Order: sequence, then C-alpha cells, then structure tokens
Amino acid sequence: MLFRYLFILIILLPIKAFALIEVDITRGNLSPLPIAVSPLSIDEKSKESFNKILKNKDMGLEISIVVENNLKQTGLFNPLNKNAFLQKPDIAHLKPRFEDWALIKAQALITGKVTFIDEKLRVEFRLWDVLAAKEMMALAFTTVPSNWRRVGHIITDKVYERLTGEKGYFDTRIIYVSEKGKKVSRIKKLAIMDQDGFNTKYLTLGNELVLTPRFNPTNQMVTYLSYFRNLPRVYLLDIETGIQEVVGDFPGMTFAPRFSPDGKKIIMSFAMGGNSDIYTMDLENRIVERITNHPSIDTSPSYSPNSKYICFNSDRSGYQQIYVMKSDGSNVKRISFGKGIYGTPVWSPRGDLIAFTKMHKGKFYIGVMRTDGSGERLLTENFYQEAPSWSPNGRVLIFYRETKTDEKGEGFSAKLWSIDLTGYNERLVETETDASDPSWSSLLSN
Amino acid sequence: MIRNIAISSTFHLFIVLIAAMSLPFLSKKPIDLPPIISIELIQITDKTNIPFAPKAKKIIEKIKKKEKLVSEQAPPKIVKKEKPDAVPLPDEKIEKVQKLEEKKQNPEKIDNEVKQVSEFEKEELFDPNSIAALIDKSKEETAETNKKTNKITQDQDRSIDMTGLSLSEEDALKAQIFGCWSIPLGLPYNENLLVRIKLKLKPDGSVIRSEILDHARMNKPGQGFYKVLAESALRAIKLCQPLRVPTTGYERWKDLQLNFDAREMLGG
Repeated sequence: MLFRYLFILIILLPIKAFALIEVDITRGNLSPLPIAVSPLSIDEKSKESFNKILKNKDMGLEISIVVENNLKQTGLFNPLNKNAFLQKPDIAHLKPRFEDWALIKAQALITGKVTFIDEKLRVEFRLWDVLAAKEMMALAFTTVPSNWRRVGHIITDKVYERLTGEKGYFDTRIIYVSEKGKKVSRIKKLAIMDQDGFNTKYLTLGNELVLTPRFNPTNQMVTYLSYFRNLPRVYLLDIETGIQEVVGDFPGMTFAPRFSPDGKKIIMSFAMGGNSDIYTMDLENRIVERITNHPSIDTSPSYSPNSKYICFNSDRSGYQQIYVMKSDGSNVKRISFGKGIYGTPVWSPRGDLIAFTKMHKGKFYIGVMRTDGSGERLLTENFYQEAPSWSPNGRVLIFYRETKTDEKGEGFSAKLWSIDLTGYNERLVETETDASDPSWSSLLSN
Repeated sequence: MIRNIAISSTFHLFIVLIAAMSLPFLSKKPIDLPPIISIELIQITDKTNIPFAPKAKKIIEKIKKKEKLVSEQAPPKIVKKEKPDAVPLPDEKIEKVQKLEEKKQNPEKIDNEVKQVSEFEKEELFDPNSIAALIDKSKEETAETNKKTNKITQDQDRSIDMTGLSLSEEDALKAQIFGCWSIPLGLPYNENLLVRIKLKLKPDGSVIRSEILDHARMNKPGQGFYKVLAESALRAIKLCQPLRVPTTGYERWKDLQLNFDAREMLGG
C-alpha cells in the first residue's frame, strides 16, 4: 500500500513542478476603443492654396474631422476630444510622445500630413499603437483637391480594417429615393450621396415615380423601378454616364430588381395575370430565364454572395414568408417560421445572415436570421420601417422609417436610419430631403 | 449432493460478497458535474479570506496541538529532568566528554570546552547525548515559531502548489484583465478566437516579456482577424500593468499563460 502511494507521488511530483499556470480570459469590455485623431499637419503655403480652391480654412483639420465622425458612427471607436491633445500635429506625425497620448487614455492614434503638390492633394497618414509604442500602418494618397472627403473615408477604411479585422464601409455611397411634398402628390427623385450624408446629387428630375433603386455590387450601375406609360418597369442607370435603359421587353409589369453578386444578371419579379414569379436576365446576352413557377406571389429575390442560392418572399403558405432555393429554382425551402409576416429578405454580403422586415401586431421590425432560418434576431422596432440594405462588409444595415409629424397622424416624414448587428448602435442618416428605399454601394476603392 | 450444493452456494456467495465489497467503484456512477457558472467578483482582497475547509481546519488544529505539546514538554526536559541527572555526577560526565572528544580530531577545542564546562558546572548541564538533543530541539522550536507567524501563507502555499493560483487570486487577475480588454467587435463569429499569450513577470506584476504562442497564425492569409485579436490582447496586458498577482510565491507565477477567448463574448 505504502509503495503504491509512493509510486503515485513520484508520478505526480514532476507534473507539479513544471505545470505552467494558465488563466482563461473569457470576457472583456465591449466599450468603444478610445482613439485619438490628431489634426493632419499642414504647412501655411498648402493651407492658402487649398483655401483658394475649396474655401476651407484648414484642410488637415477638416480631413481629420471626416475620419473622426466616421469612426464615431461605427459605435466601435470613441474619438477623443481634440482639446485634450498635448502634442502638436507636425511633431506627432514624426514621432509621437506615447506617454502623452497614453495619459489621455488613447489606445490608438492617427496622425498625418497634408501637402499641396502640382495642383494635387497629397495626404500621408500613420496609425500608431499607443500602448505598444509602435507604428501599425503608414500610407499616402494623391488625388485632386475636390476629392478630399473621399481621402478621409479611405483613411477611415484602412484604420477600421487594421483595428477590427474586417473591411470598412466608409468610402461608399448610398442611393435612395428623395421625397418631397404631400403624401398624395409626392415628388420622388433618385438621389445619391456619400455614406456620411455629404455630396448629394439628384439623378432623375422627378417627372416619374421611382422606387427600389439597387446598386450593382461590382460597379457604379443602378437598377430601379420606374413607371413607363403607367406601367412599372425595371430600369438600368449608369451613374457615371447618366444613360438609362429599360431592362428586357416584358409584356407586363416587372418590379423588385436586384443585381447578382457578379453584377452580370438582374433578378426581378415579373407579374402577369395576377401571378408573379421570379425571373433573371443576363445583361450581356439579354437571355431571360424563369426561376420560380408557382401560382402564388413570389417576389423580392436576393442572391447569396456565392450565387448558389436565392432567398425570396412568397405567400405560397398563405402568408408572406421567406424562402430559400437553389439558384436554378430547385429545392425551395421555407426558412421563416415566427409569428407575423416577413418581407424584403436580403442576403448579407458576408453570406452568414439574411436581413428582413417583419410585421407583427401592427409593428414593423428589422431583423436578421441565419440562412437556415435559425437564430432570428429583431434589431429594431417601430411604427413603420422597411427595406433594409447591407453595408458592403455585412455589419451595418440601412433602412427607412416613416414617422408621423403631428398627433392627428396627418403628415409624415421618412428618414434613413442605420443600425449595426449588435442592435445597439442605431443612428439617423442625415439627408437633405425626406428619403426612402436606400441601397448601399460597394467600396469605391479597393 | 446437498452438501456439494451448499458448499458451492456458500463459495459463490462468498465471491459475490467479495466482489461487492472490494469493487465498490464499479457500482458508482460517474459524477455529474453541474455546468460551471462564472461570477465576476468586483472587490477582491489580496489575501484569501475564505474560511478554511473542514479538512484543512482539522490539520491546522492538529498542528496547533502539536505545537502546544512541544512547547510545554520542551522546557521541563531541559530544566527539570536533566539538571538533577547531571548535577550529582559531574565528574563522570566530564570524563565521558573528555573521552569522547579525545577520539575526535581537534583536541584544542575540546580543552576549551572542557574548561568551560567545569567552570559553569552547576548552572549548565552537559550530557553529551543531550547536547545533540538540545540542538535539535532548538531547531524544532525555531521552525515552529516560524510556522506560527507564517501559518496562513504556508497553508496557502500548500493549496496553491496543488492548483496553481487560488480562486480569489485568479479572480482578481481575471477581473483586472476583463476591465482592460477591449474586444474587437468586427471578428467573425464562427472562427477559432483563442489567443494564448505566455508572460514572464516581475515580482511586482509588471511584464518582462510577452509571447504569442500561435505566432505563425498572425500573418496567415485569411486570418487577419487573428492578428487584430492578438494585438487587442497585448494591449489589454499593457494597459493592466502591473498585473494584480499574489504577493507571495513568485516562483509559482513568474511564468504565466493567459488564454484570451472571445468566443463567449461574441456569442459564437
């Protein structure tokens, strides 16, 4: 017996001596990362040149404000107040005194330099890890001075990607339907703006009703619904050239268009004789293909990012629900089973989720579910809201919400809102007019 | 025939009984452990205030009793018992000492000692055998007084030897790092989000060296998120310096491994 114990002891002793203590850290805080965006340094001569062209006093400061606002919008970063900065921009850009930045609790620091060379804007910036006291990234861009806001967005994209590990969504645009006037005689125009609400441009004059604009995920083409001789038709618009055309020659109404992930096809609904089904049209050879063939109303199709599946909306079970099928129309499966009516499914660019609008007991919800219908999460609830559209990295949704402007319920206003996947970071997206049906473009630069 | 059956059945019964008594573990079911619930402790002292477990208490009480016994017994042994033995026969003993020490190699020292012995004969007692005993006891006594003063920490050390850090020590460290670690929120949900970092610490808890164990993964294509996660973990360690480590047992925790796991937080 004694020997047995001794034997066990002999076995155990060495383990005891060499065991490395391991501590599991399974939690952290989800509070935004404190980041300092130092104004980009600029010499007096460049400052004057920019002031002449663009009428802004300090280009370095302006660009840093663009970056700062972008970072704040994400809800993942907490840009620190510039008044607390101890170091001047030009010295900080050469070699920051990390102790000073750590003192104001910054964990990351962005510095930069703006110069005016050969009528062009040159911006270089660096991202610093304050706690590790090292440089994380350094890049430089040259562009025409009027593009300065885009430079701010590109810097944000790079910083965002470096610090979060996923692609950014700042150098993007949003197309939407701008609305003006009373509800009965509303003028609707197609409008496009930067994702932060600046640089709004109107693409149509407002003579015809326009609805559901959608960006091509690969370039700057847009497909949308407009009325042609009182018949709704799917149109195609090249934003760069302004050329417009009708998609296909269908003997009835076509609606709910969307591009395929490679941008080469348009998928849409075509209604005839009280029945609507899903069709695709190849933009190169104009071949039309019928995908669904069912006596119910099938609409709102959206491709998965790998083009293998399509999610859509159908009332074949009696109520409007979300279905998924293979891209050739086979293997149709219902995925939404919760209470209420589901509509406008959109497949995330990341491929893992489907966003939708849900109506239940007179309330509208924007939510997401996995592609097999599990894990349904409602992100936001309101009186009336719909049409979610994904940011190119699949992290944020933009949608529109209508609110009553007076107590009688007369008059209403429609605004764009964004919400991220956590459901906590809901923000109003400022637009010049009322707005609906937003669609997010892909990144303009890659 | 009946007798055979009886013998057979008694032997069978005997075997069954032996099996039942000597192999009880066979009948035991595996223990069902309830799921571990992690609790965040907010205020934590440096030392464990948790009352001793019943077993440990018994052991401590035993030690206390032993200490008492020793301290009570020791003085009488020295003063009362040995004096009367030594006093009546001083000459004989001195002789014995001389004899014993003559056999040894250093006679000079012995002479001195012998002289001293003779001078303080009446007060001190010099049983050559008991000298050794005295020396030993004084050692024991000092050891026991040490035990008395350091009792708590030594007991802690024992438990720590078995488990690494004590629960409250581990919790203190965890709670500190939880507060420092800003988890990057853009990470994919379905990936392996474990970063293991090995630290070498100074006694005050500041970090001498930190090393990411799966360093190769940092620059693999398609694993960009891992770099982001690893950097956030390193930032957390830097921000938390000096780490809230126990005040004792530096040897134990001078090498420490932190496993940063974001899966739970991101709902993977």
